[in-house]
Amino acid sequence: MKRIALLGMPNTGKSTFFNRVTGASARVGNWPGITVDLMRAKILLGGHIAELIDLPGIYDLHGFSDDEQVVRHFLTAAKVDLMMIVANSSQIDRQLSLALQLKSLGIPAMLLLNMSDEAKRAGIRINTKKMTEKLGVPVMQISAKYGDHCTDALKAASLLLDKASQEADPAEIQRQLEADINIEHEMEDIVQSTVEMPIQLGDALTSRIDKVLLHPWLGLPLFFAAMYGLFQFIFTLGKPLQDSIAWLLALIRTDALEPLLASTPAWVNGLLLDGIYNGLGTVAAFVPIIILFFLVMTMVEDSGYLSRAAFLVDALMAKMGLDGRGFVMVLMGFGCNVPALMGTRVMRSKNMRLLTMLVIPLSLCSARLQVFLFLTATLFTAQQAPLVLLALYLVSFATIFITATLFKGQYKNSEPFVLELPPYRFPTARQIWLRGWQEVRHFLNRASNFIVFGVILVWALTHIPFDVAPASDATLAGKIGHLFSGVFSPIGIDNQLVIALIFGFVAKEIVIGALAVIYGLQGDALMQLMAQKLDWVQGMSFMLFTLIYTPCLSTIITLKNEAKSWLFAGLSIIWSLALAWVVSFAFYQTARWLGL
Amino acid sequence: MDISKHKNLDSLEPGQVGIIQKVAVDEALYQRLAALGFRAGKPVALIRRGSFNGPLQVRVGNTDIILRRSEAHRIKIKTS
Repeated sequence: MKRIALLGMPNTGKSTFFNRVTGASARVGNWPGITVDLMRAKILLGGHIAELIDLPGIYDLHGFSDDEQVVRHFLTAAKVDLMMIVANSSQIDRQLSLALQLKSLGIPAMLLLNMSDEAKRAGIRINTKKMTEKLGVPVMQISAKYGDHCTDALKAASLLLDKASQEADPAEIQRQLEADINIEHEMEDIVQSTVEMPIQLGDALTSRIDKVLLHPWLGLPLFFAAMYGLFQFIFTLGKPLQDSIAWLLALIRTDALEPLLASTPAWVNGLLLDGIYNGLGTVAAFVPIIILFFLVMTMVEDSGYLSRAAFLVDALMAKMGLDGRGFVMVLMGFGCNVPALMGTRVMRSKNMRLLTMLVIPLSLCSARLQVFLFLTATLFTAQQAPLVLLALYLVSFATIFITATLFKGQYKNSEPFVLELPPYRFPTARQIWLRGWQEVRHFLNRASNFIVFGVILVWALTHIPFDVAPASDATLAGKIGHLFSGVFSPIGIDNQLVIALIFGFVAKEIVIGALAVIYGLQGDALMQLMAQKLDWVQGMSFMLFTLIYTPCLSTIITLKNEAKSWLFAGLSIIWSLALAWVVSFAFYQTARWLGL
Repeated sequence: MDISKHKNLDSLEPGQVGIIQKVAVDEALYQRLAALGFRAGKPVALIRRGSFNGPLQVRVGNTDIILRRSEAHRIKIKTS
């Protein structure tokens, strides 16, 4: 099988071209020694079956960024038969440098001048025939977004594969990668003789929009208004979808599965329904949110607004070691941590991404909000409850700030803060759907096994031994609670609540349900009992702990998948548990000391 | 009489254009800027400054770029 590498600078529409020619058949591939996800797909090219790999966008073949190292590693380690180099037609006067660097590797190559539609509108004319002669590799203009000449590009690629019998020598590639070649003159020469650019540059419409969206006073309020609007869109639309999935799953359970399994022993029944089936339900609950999130994020990202967000909030974020794009993801984390973590992939610096992923789980997501709504209604008056909720949001922001400040030295960003502001563009519906679909499939493939396993584990802890009441003190969870009573009593959390916290590892949505099982009561009766058993200081301490410790199993698994490291997921768990304990301890002991 | 002045990119006023003289930054940033079109002799325009001492938006060729003021300070330019 032939291997084709897709290369180019960031923002050239490389991935749009990849999606255009591969459709929904692309898969995330793992490569030895490479720590980022690379999309790959098999395509039929003339007589060849070829594997097309979408490499990360790079600026310079000899650069120092994480992505530039990935590309160098890939080109030396994997045998590449053809390089398809994608460049933005409107910026060919500077992007030709990368094509020249790549060409010097001696691997057969072709240059695709993308966004021909935009270049035409801007009055940029490129003599591709002459450029082909000068550059020595086939050059053609395409528009990946609208599909113009994409089939021609593939035909040309298949011809090149027919010809390419000589193998590029890996040692030679290595040598060329180390050599620092001077291509400035060559680039100047080719551009001079093949490209005609109008003097006046810059997109007039983009400039006009920027005047408003990046306005010194209006910019930030508009940014927050936009974020609020998108947030509401994702989560108000997502909620009924999640609810209907939950309703459907409950219906299948009561009407089909429970009668079917009625004759099985209680533990088999429990394992199948409360373990595996609930685990699948946990996974399913994320599907609508992930789709909606990426529909919206693709729009924000591809339109060019995400880079503008970085411009607007950089002054606020730089001190925390984060950047504006990370800030957008943290904000989205207040809806749901899982897609927000997946969304950090737009950040190309690994360390900054890890730092962002470390703080996202601290944002008060909608699942935690449900627990707090219940408990504040139980323990506080209607006047106090909103203030308590506000305090919890403030604590959430404070923990994010503290964590970022403490760990920014550990995850020092090595990449220069230089971002392109592309002109505003409308992504096509196809681009948006494809992204949403790819991300959901990614989540289901990578996360569902672990999530189901985790749900079964928590079920086992709270139900074994089978001859005692579920979630009671006599279960494994209860015994764990006793074991750690020395840790939890100084923060005012009793054994029953520890069991609820163990349930909370799965998902915060089930904490209230868990309390109902633990106390054997529901609704108003549960509220009354809890109001009797807990004073507000204990309740607050429990809420603070619930706010800060690990949000849910799906978040942990997503952290592990995105960072490709169990160690990092472990660090996140331990840090959040430690921080939760310290904050609850400080609150509880201070309150008691004050005699509250 | 030579009326041209040498200064740093961050001292341009919004709307003003200068010619890049020297990009005096470390190698990693130098490569990144070069790939984005920052090369000696090229014109660069300051489009706007971010609020609260935020980054600068500049235009080189057909590319708009944001960079922090500290980094822009190390790009020497000439205005006429």
